[in-house]
Amino acid sequence: MVNQTTAELRNVTKRFGAITAAQGLNLAIFPGEFLSFLGPSGCGKTTALRMLAGFEQASEGDILIDGEVVNGVPPYQRPVNMVFQQYALFPHMDVARNVAYGLNQRRPRLARADIDAKVAQALDMVRLSGFAGRRIWEMSGGQQQRVALARAIVNEPKILLLDEPMAALDKKLRHDMQIELKSLQRELGITFVLVTHDQEEALSMSDRVCIMHRGRIAQIGTPEELYDQPQSRYVADFIGRSNFLPARALGHDGGQLLAEGPGGLRFVARAGGRAAGDGAVTLSLRPEEVRVAREDAAGEGHEMRVTHRIFLGEHVEYHLRSAALDHLVAVVPRSEDIAGGMPGVGAAVRVAWRDGAALALAED
Amino acid sequence: MRLYALAVYLFLYIPIGVIALFSFNAGRHAAQFSGFSLQWYGKTLANPFVVGAFKTSFTVAISSALLATLFGTLAAVALQGVRGRLRLLYDALVYVALMVPGIVIGIATLIALVTVFDTLNPFLATLTGPDNPFQLGLGKGSLIAAHGLFTMALVIIIVRARLQGMDRSLLEASADLGAPPMRSFLQITLPQIAPAVMAGFLLAFTFSFDDFIIAFFVAGSETTLPIYVFSSIRRGVTPEINVIGTLVMAASLISLITAQVIMRRRSH
Repeated sequence: MVNQTTAELRNVTKRFGAITAAQGLNLAIFPGEFLSFLGPSGCGKTTALRMLAGFEQASEGDILIDGEVVNGVPPYQRPVNMVFQQYALFPHMDVARNVAYGLNQRRPRLARADIDAKVAQALDMVRLSGFAGRRIWEMSGGQQQRVALARAIVNEPKILLLDEPMAALDKKLRHDMQIELKSLQRELGITFVLVTHDQEEALSMSDRVCIMHRGRIAQIGTPEELYDQPQSRYVADFIGRSNFLPARALGHDGGQLLAEGPGGLRFVARAGGRAAGDGAVTLSLRPEEVRVAREDAAGEGHEMRVTHRIFLGEHVEYHLRSAALDHLVAVVPRSEDIAGGMPGVGAAVRVAWRDGAALALAED
Repeated sequence: MRLYALAVYLFLYIPIGVIALFSFNAGRHAAQFSGFSLQWYGKTLANPFVVGAFKTSFTVAISSALLATLFGTLAAVALQGVRGRLRLLYDALVYVALMVPGIVIGIATLIALVTVFDTLNPFLATLTGPDNPFQLGLGKGSLIAAHGLFTMALVIIIVRARLQGMDRSLLEASADLGAPPMRSFLQITLPQIAPAVMAGFLLAFTFSFDDFIIAFFVAGSETTLPIYVFSSIRRGVTPEINVIGTLVMAASLISLITAQVIMRRRSH
């Protein structure tokens, strides 16, 4: 059979003493894909990356790179390279020698001219052509990161591993770097595996995102899938924002689920994840799915009162309350807000949502 | 308070200053300054006993410092891999080696060496023949061994501090880029700890060069510079003693300051 995956985790568990950092990970990474491990600190995402790099060995299960089991293979024999969180550039070497480091480790040795050419090409790729002779401490944080990137990609790894590479950059630079990284990945066609706790970073760059929760994979999917069809309350909460309402399932109607929420409110919800059965469910309702109209406007809806109105530029956030719903967040685009007459704090409004806007999830 | 501090410093440094001053004395009495002259420097350096003692001290100091630096550095690197209680034990032993009074180390080393020599020498005599047999004895070798062991603790502590301050991810990066452990050590660790190794060497050298107490016990028939000073002082303080004191002090200060400068240089 033709080998289809760049890397695979098969039932991988990692324990550090009594602590289980990663449990039963099953994952296939495909050639040329940009995959992110996303989760809060301590969720096992860094452990997963370090097991791919070879810095940690799995306690159980198999790790495959390019179709071969690499259990027990040390980092220096794996065809992967890593961009470290604090870059880990060698301070006693200039930029060019840092970038050439990996090439200089090859046995049999590469020709001097080949190494120089590859280094120049890699530096050019990260737009640092004039910086070959610079010392590391003369470079800004963003430049250092590009050196770290060049030092890794110059080896043409099967997988480029990135451990929170943007964590040390300021916000503006981070955004530029995300775009740059994504285009670099398209250009090189190398598989990128990124670890991050920043959902925006994961969603904006990745082909697929693997959301981790307490050492396990909570859900893997494209950013759109994760946002539209979260399989659990954890994922719905982690990706974007959501209102969570306790409800009781009344019955099915095709793919839809009829549910009764707080105060007898009826919802026609999509059935997500394991929420197939009847009984208690949690409804996830995205703030942008909540429509807010002034009380005197035409139409129907649940009557609520505005407790906070937060102006955020391109959209406005309303915090609402009624006898039935303790707290509901709605996000209204600025233009709609103006058209709707901008209800202020204390104003009575009618809120509504279309059928299928809410997603029914099994209680966690 | 300031007055006390001043008094303490005066008490500490005036005698040293006096020695340095009197080394330039023109007269032949150590207690009476009768004009500025370099004549005693000339006379001291022409004295074959002084030169011989200096050569012995220098050889011992260089050899013991080299050994201490080599083994101390290796020990410090190896200790990085030791964790838990065993690490605590090693750490304690290293610090104890520095805290034990010189006189105890001197006596202990002497007894240990003599015991070993007495055990080995009959055996060596049978091996090398009864005529002119090869025998172990006190001398430069035992001086180097005693100083080397003691100063190794210094080197371990200095190099360890540097190793602990080193970013662990540098070694991971090196491994990630394809360098096996030995090459990572030579290409990354060694350049990173080089200043500490150099400083450790200078401190070890200074210690050995200055040491009197341990040397006194294990020197055998050898005379190091401090031992020479000690034995000549019994015949009274001559300007020659002042010259030797001043020169030793200058040499020690220079190497200590150099060690400090190397250690404090920006860490890259």
